[in-house]
Amino acid sequence: MPLPPSVSLAAHDIACERGGRTLFEGLRFALQPGEALLVSGPNGAGKTSLLRQLAGLLPLAAGRLEAPGADADMPIAELCHYVGHLSAAKSAFTVRENLAFWADFLGEGGGDLAGALTAFGLEPLADLPAGLLSAGQKKKLALSRLYTAHRPIWLLDEPSVSLDTASVKQLDTAIRDHLKAGGIAVVSTHVPLKTKFAHQLTLGLERAA
Amino acid sequence: MSAALALLTRDVKLAWREGGAVGVALGFYLVVVVITPLGLGPDLNLLARIAPGILWVGLLLAALLSAGRIFDNDYEDGTLDVLATGPLPLSVVAGIKCLAHWLATGIPLVLIAPLLGLLLNLPMGSIPSLMLAMLAGTPAVSFLAGIGASLTLGLRRSGLLLALLVVPLYVPVLIFGVSAVTPYVTGPNAIWPPLFILCALSLVSIVLAPLAAAAAIRNALR
Repeated sequence: MPLPPSVSLAAHDIACERGGRTLFEGLRFALQPGEALLVSGPNGAGKTSLLRQLAGLLPLAAGRLEAPGADADMPIAELCHYVGHLSAAKSAFTVRENLAFWADFLGEGGGDLAGALTAFGLEPLADLPAGLLSAGQKKKLALSRLYTAHRPIWLLDEPSVSLDTASVKQLDTAIRDHLKAGGIAVVSTHVPLKTKFAHQLTLGLERAA
Repeated sequence: MSAALALLTRDVKLAWREGGAVGVALGFYLVVVVITPLGLGPDLNLLARIAPGILWVGLLLAALLSAGRIFDNDYEDGTLDVLATGPLPLSVVAGIKCLAHWLATGIPLVLIAPLLGLLLNLPMGSIPSLMLAMLAGTPAVSFLAGIGASLTLGLRRSGLLLALLVVPLYVPVLIFGVSAVTPYVTGPNAIWPPLFILCALSLVSIVLAPLAAAAAIRNALR
């Protein structure tokens, strides 16, 4: 399923409400193809909530999102890869089976299992049950999902947590390559990455002030 | 492989691989059916009369035991988040997962029911109608269980609550399931009306349960 090569992502005055409390409001940004957004802010500022809103998992309390350049019928969620804190891996399946499922499901027949296995160097572990992986390896398994199917928007929530230094570099390169290919990335992280972020967003400032 | 087929095969494989699903349901069914005659005493006529009811009640309880797994594991490890961003609408995802529950748990339960019927002195002549009734009714059992499983997502020890929610919905399935095996009216075609009603119950749940489950899952993902 070929996706349009140049998708942008724009947020117009979006707001987020959790449990009757407004986390942020009037948030706006516009990302052109090849641009990345760094989301930062203290714990509880709404970084994860923002990413889940972009992935269509949380409703917007106000405002709207649009993805110019994409098929108008396609929900924005289907343009996004969302990698959150949970690995979405089945311990009873091997690494290969886990990725093969995502390649079939997300890629609808056009998925790339081989590319996903090599992307973060999981090939030597391919036949190991995912239940035996360490926390860092599980994170790499979750990140490898980004390669099972081509989607223009990457939503990465603290992608560097529990990764070793070499793997953080790999992640950095992966994001840069994705941007170079015209993709978009929205990343929340506390670790400095070499990736050049065209936009930065700091949440929770008004409450801290 | 299409996304729908990939999800279906994954769920069926997981149910068999993780052991706790199919094995526990079958074992529980066996235990319920084996201890009932011990409690009732050695009256073969009584056993033969109540056998269809015991087989149906045991099947419903065994199916309920594994119902929580339809969505729970995927919710806890974040798989549902990714499934929700996938190419299929969430109601289709929910429907496929209920269908996988039926294939992996419902059908094996139906297949061992005649064997367990022997333990209850079920007349040989009743076995075909029992199998037919169970095949027609178990899709409703799995899909209705899907509603309960999605409503109890994120709750700990949700099994009992799930049973409280779903068992009332099982009442029609149970009534018509038993009456297809021991018809209340006699006659050559007496088993067909209850069988058709079972089919109707299954069809209605196949259509409506995924919609309800998808709404409940959306709510749980928030």
